[in-house]
Amino acid sequence: MTAPLSAGIRAIGMIGPGFDDWNAARAVLQGTSTGWQPAATRIPSPTMLPPAERRRVGAVVKLALVAGMQAVEAAGADAATLATVFASAGGDGANCHAICEALAGNDRLISPTRFHNSVNNAASGYWGIATGAMATSTIVSAYDGSFAAGLVEALALASSLDAPVLLVVYDHPYPEPLAAARPLHDAFAVALLLDPHATDGPRIALGELTDRVADTLDNPALESIRSGIPAARSLSVLHSLARLATGEAAEVVIDYVDDSRLCVNVLG
Amino acid sequence: MKPLLLSRYTATSCIGTGLAATRAALAQGRSGLHPCDFETVDLDTWIGRVNGLEQAPLAPALADYDCRNNRLAMLGLQQDGFLEAARHAVARHGARRVAVLLGTSTSGILETELAYRQRDPLSGALPPDFHYRGSHNIFSVAEFVRHAVGAAGPAWVISTACSSSAKVFASAARLLASGLIDAAIVGGVDSLCLTTLYGFNSLELVAPEPCRPYDPARSGISIGEAAAFVLLERAPDTPGPADIVLSGYGESSDAHHMSAPHPQGLGARMAMEQALACAGLRPTDIDYINLHGTGTPSNDAAEGLAVGTLFGNRTAASSTKGATGHTLGAAGGLEAVFCAIALAEGMMPGSPGTRELDPGIDIAYRLQPESAPLRHVLSNSLGFGGTNCSLVFSRPAGDAR
Repeated sequence: MTAPLSAGIRAIGMIGPGFDDWNAARAVLQGTSTGWQPAATRIPSPTMLPPAERRRVGAVVKLALVAGMQAVEAAGADAATLATVFASAGGDGANCHAICEALAGNDRLISPTRFHNSVNNAASGYWGIATGAMATSTIVSAYDGSFAAGLVEALALASSLDAPVLLVVYDHPYPEPLAAARPLHDAFAVALLLDPHATDGPRIALGELTDRVADTLDNPALESIRSGIPAARSLSVLHSLARLATGEAAEVVIDYVDDSRLCVNVLG
Repeated sequence: MKPLLLSRYTATSCIGTGLAATRAALAQGRSGLHPCDFETVDLDTWIGRVNGLEQAPLAPALADYDCRNNRLAMLGLQQDGFLEAARHAVARHGARRVAVLLGTSTSGILETELAYRQRDPLSGALPPDFHYRGSHNIFSVAEFVRHAVGAAGPAWVISTACSSSAKVFASAARLLASGLIDAAIVGGVDSLCLTTLYGFNSLELVAPEPCRPYDPARSGISIGEAAAFVLLERAPDTPGPADIVLSGYGESSDAHHMSAPHPQGLGARMAMEQALACAGLRPTDIDYINLHGTGTPSNDAAEGLAVGTLFGNRTAASSTKGATGHTLGAAGGLEAVFCAIALAEGMMPGSPGTRELDPGIDIAYRLQPESAPLRHVLSNSLGFGGTNCSLVFSRPAGDAR
C-alpha cells in the first residue's frame, strides 16, 4: 500500500448563505461572528471574465469562478498554471429549465449560447477562457457526495501531477418545477487550493470509506446548510479547519454515496 | 505510467450490440446511421440510434433508474459477459476496492424534456412519476451501474461534454496508482435527447446527410448514442500475448472558446504529447490514431493540424464517427473499445461516409478498413469548453511491426 493521499491547503474560497468569503465563513464556523444569520447567498460578479462572456454566464458559473479565484488570490498563486477539478451535484439549473421549456414549446428554438452553456463543464470552460490555464480541468458529480468525489479526484490528481490543484465545489438551486423534484437550500461554493508540496499550514488527508454516519454541525442554521446543499457537505471539514489550532488533528466523516462515507483527516 | 489491463470490455452502439457485431461492422466499414426518426424530432439530419430501447424497461428492482440512458447502460452491461466479469472483480477485490467512473454528457435529460410537456396547467408542476435522482441526475448512470455490479468504492460521473468518457480512464489510472482501488469500471453512456439534437442544430453543426469526417465537403455531425464499458485492473508484469493495456493518457484545456476549438489545435496537441510521454513513447511508435473527427469544419481542421504537427503524414488515422455518429459523452469510451478491437484484430477501422480527405489536411487518413499488425494506438476525445483527452492503448506482447 502506498501512503494515503494528502495535500496542504494553501487557501480557501467560500461563498454561501450569509458569507461572501472564507474570512467571513471562518468567523461563523468558529462561533465568533456574533449576530450571524443565514441570508440568501449573494452571487458575485466574475470580473475575471471579459464583459461579453460575463453577460453570458449563469449564476452557477459566477459562483464557481469567484470562489475559485478567491482561493487563488488568497494564496498568491498563478491561475494560468493550475490544474482544476470542479465538482457539482447538478449544473446550471436555470439554463436547463429554459432549454426544457423551449423544447416543450412549439418552435423548439434554443439559442447557441444556451446550448453551449448547458454542458456540465461550463464553469471549467469559462475558467480556462478567463485565466488562460491550459492544464487539465475536469468536473465530477456524485449526487449528494459530490464534495467527497471532487476531493478524491483532486488529491489523486495533485499526487499524480506532483503539483498544486484547485478544487472548486459548487451547487445552485433549480428553479421550479425542477426545484420541487430536487430541492436545494441555497447556493454554495467552496474552493480549496491543494498543494502536495506544502510543508506548513493546514493539511487534508484521505482516510477509508466507512459505514459510520457523517459528522453533523451543532449550530442548527449551519447544519441545515450542510445537509441541504451537496457542496456544503464540506462544512464539517471546514468547521474543523476553522477551529483546529496549529498542529492539532481531527478526523471528520463526510457523506459520499449512499451508505459509503469518507473519512477525512484534517490537520490544523 | 504502469500499464493497466483491459480485463474485459464491451460496446453497444448503432453499429452493433456487443463486440462481435461491432467488430464485424468496423471490419466491413459499415455505417449504422439512418435518417432521423427519433421521438418527435423534425430535423433534417441522420442519427446513430440503438434500436429497441423504448421496449426495454429495467427490471422492477431497478425501476427507480428507468430512463433511456440507463436502459442503454443495462443493454451494454449485458453484452460480452461484462456484468459477470464486473461482479467477479467485486468479489475478488472487495466491493470498496472497485470504483465506478463513467462519462455522460446528458444523462437522463430526455425524461425531463418529456416531463416538461406534461406540466400541470395550473401549478406548472412536473408529473408525479418524474424521478430526478434515477434519470436527470448527472450521477444517475454511475449510481445505477454501481448497484447493478455491487461495487462500493469511489464513484463519480465525469461530464466534460465530448471528452467525458475518455477522462474517466485517466481518473481510474490515478486511483489505481494511489493504491485506493484495485479495479475500476470505466466507460461512457450517452443517449439521444432533444437537447443535443436541437442544440447542435442551433449552432448549425448537424449535417443534413451522414457525417463525412475529414472530407472537404463535411458539413457537421450526426448524433449517435452508445454504451461502452471497460474493466481496468493492474497489468501483470509479463503481459500475455492477447493482453491489451491502457499505457498512457494526456489531458489539457484549450482556454480559448466555449464551442470552437483552438484554431491550431494547440490543446489537442498538448493532450497527445502528454499521452505519449505518459506511455514512454515517441510519435513514430504509434501505429494508428482513432481521431475525434466529428465532421464539423472547425474540429477536423484543428485536430488535423495538431496531428499533422506531431505525427506528420505517416501515422495511419481515421475517424469512426461516420459509422456510429458522434456519441458525445460516450465517444471516448466507445472509441477506446474500438482501439482495443483494432489491437486485438490487427485491423485499422476506416471512415464510412468520407469520400476523400480534405486536401488542406496533411495526415495519413484511411478511408477503408485495413489489416495491419498494431502495437500502440492513440485515441483523441475533444469537447466543448475546450476539454481535450488522449489515450494510448497497447498490445505489449503483440506482433511488432
